[in-house]
Amino acid sequence: MMENYQNLKQLFDGFFDQYINNETDSPLSLSIRKGAFEDFYRMGFPTNKIEKWRKTKLKDVLDLPYTINTSDRLRTQQQKSIFECEINNLDTDLFSLLNGWYEKSSENLLQGVIVCSIREAEQKYPELFSKYFDRMASDRSNGLIALNSAIYSDGYFVYVPDNVACNRTIQIVNVINATSRIFVNTRNLVIVGKNASLSLVHCDDSLSSFGSFVNNVSEFFVDEGGQLDFYKMQNKDEKATVITHNFVEQQRDTNTHANTITFNGGLIRNDTRVKLAGKGSHADVMGLYLVDREQFVDNQVKIDHAVSDCTSNQLFKGIVDENGRAIFNGHILVQQDAQRTAAYQSNNNIQLTDTASIDTHPFLEIYADDVKCSHGATVGQLDEDALFYMMQRGICERNARMLLMFSFAGQVIDHIKIPAIKNRISELVSRRLKGELSACESCELNCENPDSVMTFEIDMSKI
Amino acid sequence: MLEIKDLHVSIQGKEILKGLNLSVKPGEVHAIMGPNGTGKSTLANVITGRDIYDNISGEIIYKGKNLMEMAIEDRAREGIFLSFQYPVEIPGVSITNFMRAAMDEIYLYRGKKPMSGGEFLKYFNEKKQFVEMTANLANRSVNEGFSGGEKKKNEIFQMAMLNPDLAILDETDSGLDIDALRIVANGVNKLRTPENATIVITHYQRLLDYIVPDFVHVLYGGKIVKTGGKELALELEDKGYEWIKDHADIQL
Ligand SMILES: Nc1ncnc2c1ncn2[C@@H]1O[C@H](COP(=O)(O)OP(=O)(O)OP(=O)(O)O)[C@@H](O)[C@H]1O
Ligand SMILES: [Mg+2]
Repeated sequence: MMENYQNLKQLFDGFFDQYINNETDSPLSLSIRKGAFEDFYRMGFPTNKIEKWRKTKLKDVLDLPYTINTSDRLRTQQQKSIFECEINNLDTDLFSLLNGWYEKSSENLLQGVIVCSIREAEQKYPELFSKYFDRMASDRSNGLIALNSAIYSDGYFVYVPDNVACNRTIQIVNVINATSRIFVNTRNLVIVGKNASLSLVHCDDSLSSFGSFVNNVSEFFVDEGGQLDFYKMQNKDEKATVITHNFVEQQRDTNTHANTITFNGGLIRNDTRVKLAGKGSHADVMGLYLVDREQFVDNQVKIDHAVSDCTSNQLFKGIVDENGRAIFNGHILVQQDAQRTAAYQSNNNIQLTDTASIDTHPFLEIYADDVKCSHGATVGQLDEDALFYMMQRGICERNARMLLMFSFAGQVIDHIKIPAIKNRISELVSRRLKGELSACESCELNCENPDSVMTFEIDMSKI
Repeated sequence: MLEIKDLHVSIQGKEILKGLNLSVKPGEVHAIMGPNGTGKSTLANVITGRDIYDNISGEIIYKGKNLMEMAIEDRAREGIFLSFQYPVEIPGVSITNFMRAAMDEIYLYRGKKPMSGGEFLKYFNEKKQFVEMTANLANRSVNEGFSGGEKKKNEIFQMAMLNPDLAILDETDSGLDIDALRIVANGVNKLRTPENATIVITHYQRLLDYIVPDFVHVLYGGKIVKTGGKELALELEDKGYEWIKDHADIQL
């Protein structure tokens, strides 16, 4: 399967050898790595022959030359600037991954909450690590997941003990800042204990524009009565590829809310799979994507209602301009025993140009009989009557379009539960729609005139 | 203020207005009546700049300027306001933000400094009381889920906010209950000054008891076929459009 990618093969082989000779990895993770590496070579990269990858042109980006960053010692001078990056300017406990490596040593936060590198977790918390690591990702449903398990460099580990409501939002910035095109495999593990709660913000950013391939796998376990809010913001450069697989497993009476906001990127694919494994649970999986130029954003969702009395809600909205392309695949699986399931899905798109393309595929697979399911997908244009109405009140066309797009996007943003994050995202969306937020402008490093004062034509703030 | 000469308008190959003339001076109220589908809303749309028509010819001069060459939003900023026959729902845009955006742009266009948040809010609340709009309605998205009457009330609220020089009310009375009709009509009357003008499109004489017109025009077959004083409305109510057809010398 890998014949076509000799360069990458060499790269991966070399990297893998390092691990095998590395004493810091436990026998468990070494055996996982070995097995996964074999799986990867057997499977190769996903190709367009696979139905779910039919429209994701991975080959184009895999044909490029990459390097792998094998050391966590690489630091850039301007590391501080990451923290000044627009998107990250939130009131949170901030941690970062740079080029695939965790940036700080472990930190025990108040309340016994742990945030550290996944490599450190493997050493320090072997029980937790061995119990949860690779439990869901071992499904190896595609080669990229196997590759990640085989050669992940690093990632974050977050643990909230039972009965702890983590009162600070934890934010992790996964940033790429390299001097060449790099291939990065990051691996994260998040565990929310019984009756515990956590809000986590994950940002995918890039500061350099040499191009990058981030292959990210995250596993989330939410134990009985637990609650997890997971916000992901993606603001990548146009040469960036990000492939994300999020696995979520929910025990009884749990509640999760996942919301992915994609501002910019080259080739972005987010695959979220939620297993509702305990009764009385609810999962929200939501997303907003703003796509223009030659950008490509692909959202894949699968919600597995494995037991009865659970609910789920998928809501994805997108605005696609110029030659942008967007894909949404939403899959609801209701297993035989999952009676009294309520599962909803909706995907709405605004297509601004004829050259933009949008594919949306709802997929319901239902084996139980007492089930409430609905799905709806729309692709439309901005409402001409509404535009005329607004312009008749004196609003220029550009702002009228802006207001309509902003309100469309707002229907996703409104679900964000933490006000500070909601306001920040709201502001960023408004700037993105005005063309003021692009990946290269969003941080001081690459910006010619940083901190130019923004003037708002429309005051969006609620008055 | 407004001079329309020999206006022809067609849509999808069908000529709707066939040589319409109308002259409106500051301080005047003109009522336009006429059967369904005769082109009343078309006239309102053409004045405000809706660009769905395949052919528009003739002349529309507003405050000495050629309206045909003016952008939709500039016509609005120059003081033309349309109370829509069918107000449009805009989900997710609150009336507050909508009006704020509109007023800011109008102020900028007129070279005035936009209001501060506090000033705006005060002004907004004044106008809300003006049309006796409930607080609840103002916090909602523009027209979303509003009843027919609430939508019309919201149009007049916006008119009060924007304080236009030329207001065109397209069947603002339809769908209003008796109390709402009185509130709306009172609102319109209170906004009248010797400098501004109003065109009222209606099917019913009832509204004209409240908003007393200086002129009543009958639009029929794409032209204004008869013009009179307020008593013409009464006569029409009494005799119907058949009577016009018989008495006005019109070629359809
Ligand atoms: N978008 C359109 N496409 C085709 N025909 C149209 C369109 N809009 C209006 N028309 C036609 O133009 C004619 C005039 O319509 P208009 O809405 O101006 O009538 P009106 O006098 O306002 O009627 P009413 O009293 O029912 O409101 C009608 O025959 C209508 O069907
Ligand atoms: Mg009409």
